[in-house]
Amino acid sequence: MTDITKTDVLIVGAGPVGLFAVFELGLFDMKCHLIDILDRPGGQCAELYPEKPIYDIPGWPSISAQGLVDKLLEQIAPFKPDFTYNRMVSSLEKLEDGSFRVTTDENEVFEAKVVVIAAGGGSFQPKRPPIPGIEPYEGKSVFYSVRRMEDFRGHDLVIVGGGDSALDWTLNLQPVARSVTLVHRRPEFRAAPDSVNKMYAMQEMKQLDFQVGQVTGLTGADGQLSSAVIKGPDGDVEVPCTRMLPFFGLTMKLGPIAEWGLNLHENLIPVDTEKFQTSVPGIFAVGDINWYPGKLKLILSGFHEVALMAQAAKRIISPGERIVFQYTTSSTSLQKKLGVVD
Amino acid sequence: MTKLTFIAHDGTQFDMDAENGSTVMENAIRNAVPGIEAECGGACACATCHVYVDEAWTAQVGEPEAMEEDMLDFAYDVQPNSRLSCQIKVRDALDGLVVRVPARQG
Repeated sequence: MTDITKTDVLIVGAGPVGLFAVFELGLFDMKCHLIDILDRPGGQCAELYPEKPIYDIPGWPSISAQGLVDKLLEQIAPFKPDFTYNRMVSSLEKLEDGSFRVTTDENEVFEAKVVVIAAGGGSFQPKRPPIPGIEPYEGKSVFYSVRRMEDFRGHDLVIVGGGDSALDWTLNLQPVARSVTLVHRRPEFRAAPDSVNKMYAMQEMKQLDFQVGQVTGLTGADGQLSSAVIKGPDGDVEVPCTRMLPFFGLTMKLGPIAEWGLNLHENLIPVDTEKFQTSVPGIFAVGDINWYPGKLKLILSGFHEVALMAQAAKRIISPGERIVFQYTTSSTSLQKKLGVVD
Repeated sequence: MTKLTFIAHDGTQFDMDAENGSTVMENAIRNAVPGIEAECGGACACATCHVYVDEAWTAQVGEPEAMEEDMLDFAYDVQPNSRLSCQIKVRDALDGLVVRVPARQG
């Protein structure tokens, strides 16, 4: 029997809105567990534009996206939320007692009375590279991440990309693979200069090959690659290739949420504007992933949504209990929860 | 007002008046030009507003900066005249600019 992690509220997505939900729920003594597909909190703010300033957060004339995430983490720290990173929520089912069972893509099981979907534009997934006819090879000889280095032993490996993932795996798999060809469309790299220098040094020693160009074709059969065609400045080159690792960044996909029976509206989850509840009572959707008339995809709108959602969540978790509306400026009990008074 | 023309992948032409200071991408979104997705909303963080600048205009439009080049690595079928349209600011010198939308964004 798999261990089941129990919590009051399970939050899918640890972007700014998911993080602030912990605060509003925490004020009502609800314990939160967040699951995110990235390896750290912050969602798009951390992944897409950490250094970009945001100008429409009330009270902050300008704050970097990562700065906002850091401040939110500081703000929710008193509520000690739990985080599970690098996981996608794959299924969600309603149990007989009205609570929900949530399973991740690594088969961890969570149970919560309330589920809050704060999944933004969906889950970040590796972007399929612009190589025609790549689909039949995916998962068989084309991989988007390295789970075990041994899987590449003795193979003719082609790595495509110019960022840190591409360069790091070029260096790390070179001793394991039979041959390594790195393909990037230009001789400048986004990766750390130190890795790039190491790669060039290994190329000098003929330990690997670096080709400037774009992969335009693949040959092979039954999902097994045999070669790749690289279109470079001097025309096409065919290189032996039995394993390929393309690193073309991440894109957002709605993913399994589409299967949860939430009556999607153009890939968004319709909610009411009183509780931000979905068509399934007990499941809420907040932030960029929800839809209602007049919806604006703004972080500040998400913050408003979680405040109202928390009231409704409290009624589910503590039925019959009177909910007292209080201000953090004057309520001693809220201040105790925040750890600012004894 | 500066005139802009987008040519969609199927050949449909979209002519529009653009405000100076706006980005070429914003005008595509405002005029619902198909094939410009602009997933990140103009932060130079996604490469889904990729366009080919008409050969007659490449010198006027100029070269991408390093950050944009980095992002272009993620685009589909990058050519020497490839740009991210969120990084091209509309200005008088670009009056009449023509850009083409690629077959797909990433």
